[in-house]
Amino acid sequence: MFYREAGDFKTSYTDDSQTFPIKFDRYRYYVVLAVGFGIIPFIINDYWANALLLPFLIYAIAAIGLNILVGYCGQVSLGTGGFMAVGAYACYKLMTAFPDVSMFVHVFLAGGVTAIVGVLFGLPSLRIKGFYLAVATLAAQFFLVWLFNRVPWFYNYSASGQINAPERDVFGIIITGPNAPAWATYLFCLIFLAFCAIIARNLTRGTTGRSWMAIRDMDIAAEIIGVNPLKAKLTAFAVSSFFVGIAGALFFAVYLGAVEVGEVFGIQKSFLVLFMVIIGGLGSIFGSFAGAAFLVLLPVVLKVVGVDVLGWPTDIVAHLQLVIVGALIIMFLILEPHGLAQLWRVTKEKLRLWPFPH
Amino acid sequence: MMLDNSEGYVTDDGRKIGAVVMEMKNITLRFGGVVAIKDISFDIREGEIRAIIGPNGAGKSSMLNVISGFYVPQEGEVWFHGAKRPQMRPFEVAQQGIARTFQNIALFEGMSVLDNVMTGRLSFMKTNILQQALWKGKAEAEENENREAVEKIIDFLEIQHIRKTPVSRLPYGLKKRVELARALAAEPKLLLLDEPMAGMNVEEKEDMSRFILDVNDEFGTTIALIEHDMGVVMDLSDRVVVMDYGRKIGDGTPDEVRNNQEVIDAYLGVSHD
Repeated sequence: MFYREAGDFKTSYTDDSQTFPIKFDRYRYYVVLAVGFGIIPFIINDYWANALLLPFLIYAIAAIGLNILVGYCGQVSLGTGGFMAVGAYACYKLMTAFPDVSMFVHVFLAGGVTAIVGVLFGLPSLRIKGFYLAVATLAAQFFLVWLFNRVPWFYNYSASGQINAPERDVFGIIITGPNAPAWATYLFCLIFLAFCAIIARNLTRGTTGRSWMAIRDMDIAAEIIGVNPLKAKLTAFAVSSFFVGIAGALFFAVYLGAVEVGEVFGIQKSFLVLFMVIIGGLGSIFGSFAGAAFLVLLPVVLKVVGVDVLGWPTDIVAHLQLVIVGALIIMFLILEPHGLAQLWRVTKEKLRLWPFPH
Repeated sequence: MMLDNSEGYVTDDGRKIGAVVMEMKNITLRFGGVVAIKDISFDIREGEIRAIIGPNGAGKSSMLNVISGFYVPQEGEVWFHGAKRPQMRPFEVAQQGIARTFQNIALFEGMSVLDNVMTGRLSFMKTNILQQALWKGKAEAEENENREAVEKIIDFLEIQHIRKTPVSRLPYGLKKRVELARALAAEPKLLLLDEPMAGMNVEEKEDMSRFILDVNDEFGTTIALIEHDMGVVMDLSDRVVVMDYGRKIGDGTPDEVRNNQEVIDAYLGVSHD
């Protein structure tokens, strides 16, 4: 009824190509921004930040990154965990080497380092595609984790082999370490998420995004049309790794504080982010948000329902959690292969016509 | 028809055909032991509609692939605008102003019609990735500029109503038209059409024929096309190359080709009435 595009006329191409062409979507976006930046920081506490909001924000960044590579450019990657580790270790080295520099700079630079590493491991994509490329990125995953485990320089020769985030601040507000206030860590991650999402949207609606999608949909035709496959694939790897690196740096420095690379950035992490992208919807920025929210929220909800409401033992709930999440993923892939984003799109189309069926 | 080799000629209906734009010199293309194209030479003149015909497997599509840089011939030279073309990747050929459509539609199925056509304008896009990430400013201005050019082509081909539709939802005939739009968006100097009318009904063929003639007329685009519908070929084209088993067996105006005994034997056949 109120979700209408009728009467919402565009008189310029700028209006027509904006991110939210429909008025209602635009206002909803402003409301979400206002709540995210203006209300949540005042009501947030440690539990909400650590159990839900921080993992959601950070995974959303990683999912946007992976979605650019897999969903927009069609290059399958199983190396997300490894690239997150690159971001984390780059951030750690920068934090310990330049203690006085702002954390913003460190996280950005960590993303930049990851982008370079991503391009290096993206080079095989010029010759191989599909499953074979997936295997090549899998090699990146194992190699990177091995590297960070075996070369003591990366963890500053610490006895435990772990990396620990020292206390660092932004404009005098502590962001990392155990004394960081919840609202500050939340806002710090939110700023990066907003930044990444806007960049991703700008790239995907423009020339670069069209080149990526052309390569994804039909690479040979794309090249004959004038897409430089080398440039398109490597920019996709670079941008994707940049975001994934930022996510890795935040995951280590802001969220966990201490990381043992094999446990945190192992192959499970790669699969988790890939599931988020697939369940959320390939080739959709909104889908990355939805997928991250789904896979972060679901275990928490199941735990609250199982342990707190039904009073079951914790270990049974933990096992059930795995079963239910697994079953839901399979169900999703069968019922809606295009993910939550497609469900959302269908809902919007129905809403537009409501209350009429056609 | 007056034929003057250096300057071009004037067709029967009064269109001026210019100098040679593209010249294929002694092209030979082999796939292992199979000789797909054998020592073929022909030229394409500016403003001309040039047809390539022949039976199945004659090497017509391979010829188009050689022109668009997808296949590299073992022997022979491709001359474009008076200069020998060095070996280059297909996207570089596209940037030189050669656009094409495909026999089996090769649109980007996951993208909207508008995005597909906008992809055709890649060679006009000059902003770098940082400017695009910012969007506001150069990238947006460039996007709008190119959008305007694309909208003209969308108007021209009468596909305004499906602008925002995902290509995968379109029927076959419209897909063919969108593919033509994508090729035209590149403002090509030479437009290659690989069976633009395959699988169409009479009405769609008429529409497509008119679009091809209009493109040639309004934009002065040089067109090389492959087509099996002889009626269409003979009506549209100024000159025809006939291929059979990778050899050239005829080259000339539609009338000359129609009366060429070798062409009749290999391809056209005779009516049995």
